[in-house]
Amino acid sequence: MQYLLLIYQNEAEMAARAKSEADAMHGEYAAFTQGIIQSGHFKGGERLQPSTTATTVRVRGGKVSTTDGPFAETREQLAGYYMVEAKDLDEASAIAAKLPGSKYGSVEVRPVWPMS
Amino acid sequence: MADELTAAAVERVFRAEAGRVLATLIRLVGDFELAEEGLQEAVTAALRQWPDDGMPSNPRAWLVNVGRHKAIDRLRRRRMMLDRQRELAIMAAIESEAVQTDRDDGLDDDILRLIFTCCHPALNRDTQVALTLRAVCGLSTEAVARAFLVGVDTMAQRLVRAKAKIRIAKIPYETPPPERLGERLEGALAVIYQVFTEGYAPTEGPQLTRADLSAEAIRLGRLLLAQMPERPAIAGLLALMLLHDARRDARATAEGDLVLLEHQDRGLWDRGRIAEGAALVERALRGPGLPSAYAVQAAIAAVHAEAERFEATDWPQIVGLYEVLLRLSPSPVVALNHAAAVSMVDGPQKALNLVDALAAREELGGYHLLPATRADLLRRLGRRDEAREAYRAALELARLAPERRWLARRLAEL
Repeated sequence: MQYLLLIYQNEAEMAARAKSEADAMHGEYAAFTQGIIQSGHFKGGERLQPSTTATTVRVRGGKVSTTDGPFAETREQLAGYYMVEAKDLDEASAIAAKLPGSKYGSVEVRPVWPMS
Repeated sequence: MADELTAAAVERVFRAEAGRVLATLIRLVGDFELAEEGLQEAVTAALRQWPDDGMPSNPRAWLVNVGRHKAIDRLRRRRMMLDRQRELAIMAAIESEAVQTDRDDGLDDDILRLIFTCCHPALNRDTQVALTLRAVCGLSTEAVARAFLVGVDTMAQRLVRAKAKIRIAKIPYETPPPERLGERLEGALAVIYQVFTEGYAPTEGPQLTRADLSAEAIRLGRLLLAQMPERPAIAGLLALMLLHDARRDARATAEGDLVLLEHQDRGLWDRGRIAEGAALVERALRGPGLPSAYAVQAAIAAVHAEAERFEATDWPQIVGLYEVLLRLSPSPVVALNHAAAVSMVDGPQKALNLVDALAAREELGGYHLLPATRADLLRRLGRRDEAREAYRAALELARLAPERRWLARRLAEL
């Protein structure tokens, strides 16, 4: 079995924290990641850019519509995810528009936070 | 003397060139915010140097060159803050790129790229409008905030967030590929039209029109048409804006009261704009394929503009054009205007039937012109009590002060 673990948190509160608090949390994340790598549970994971950089793609009647912002409809629930490599937002959105989920629901396109 | 002359001239140059300079800088430095900072510093340098040294022969090229070097300086200073790879890529691009700014053949790919980036559908429509006014038109953040009736801080934050999204989500800085160009152009035209209508018929506030915004929209329309002369939809939109704008001075009294088309002093109409608009309408209708909704709306405005007196209006042609428009882009507002035109050909009773059918569909609830149109038709039919009731309903919905005053006057006259 594989499980996707989804992290939810309040972006505004996170951004307002003192640097020391943020550093402490990063330390906890690093330790957690190392821990599950060593225990053999780790399959992949990324930090995401804030939801203000999100774009939501829908296809209705063959017409692609893109809107600014994260997917905010509570009637639908997260059903899966793909991680893709694309040269820019237009390419990523075009891939999202081909995903069956864009016809039946909505696909949120969110850039991954680059880790250097 | 030199100082005064230059201050005004410098201001004119900045307003005229800011969008183009920014557009070129973004291409050169590959980063919206860095380009803006470069432009800011170039403008500051110009304000210092031009009064003494005189205006350079090619101010745009001057601003691009100085802005480019200021951007490089900034990059060097920020070295630690950027990842090395990205910095090297930007530096290489800046150094290798031949600066092409002296082309005066009207072709300017950079400004097109900037327009399409600002009007990208991954930004919400209001943000597209704000960013276009700021980046392409070169309006200050304060002026953009005024246009949206929001505080400067709110607007500044919205613009910062939009630019961050462009950078982080990698909204491409390019003219869309042919297969997407039509759709993206439609989006850009909608942005320009929103700027225009907010200037011509603000949705709120004390003023009936805000000429500055309409002027910016017309400028954007001209800019886009110059870049893509083969697109009839652009000609249609520009024609529509010019023909409406031609009537601006006649639409309100000195006191700011609304004057209906029927009572407007046609001597106040701007004949130059009407001639330009009418020529563009023909161009817009001629194009291959179906005409755009803008072109048909412009054709309607042209028929009005070409009538010497209200009584001389070619109403059958206007009804016919509204029927075309109803097929091209059906909307309850178009249907309401169609009904009003029908009343001039077939009389108020037939129009009232159309308006009542429209009211029954309940799509225009909250739109003050529905009861206002009904009221006018009822008045013409001599059904005064019902007319009064309809005017009262319209008054409850109208938000603009001049429109409210006009409705109240009509009600009092009954």
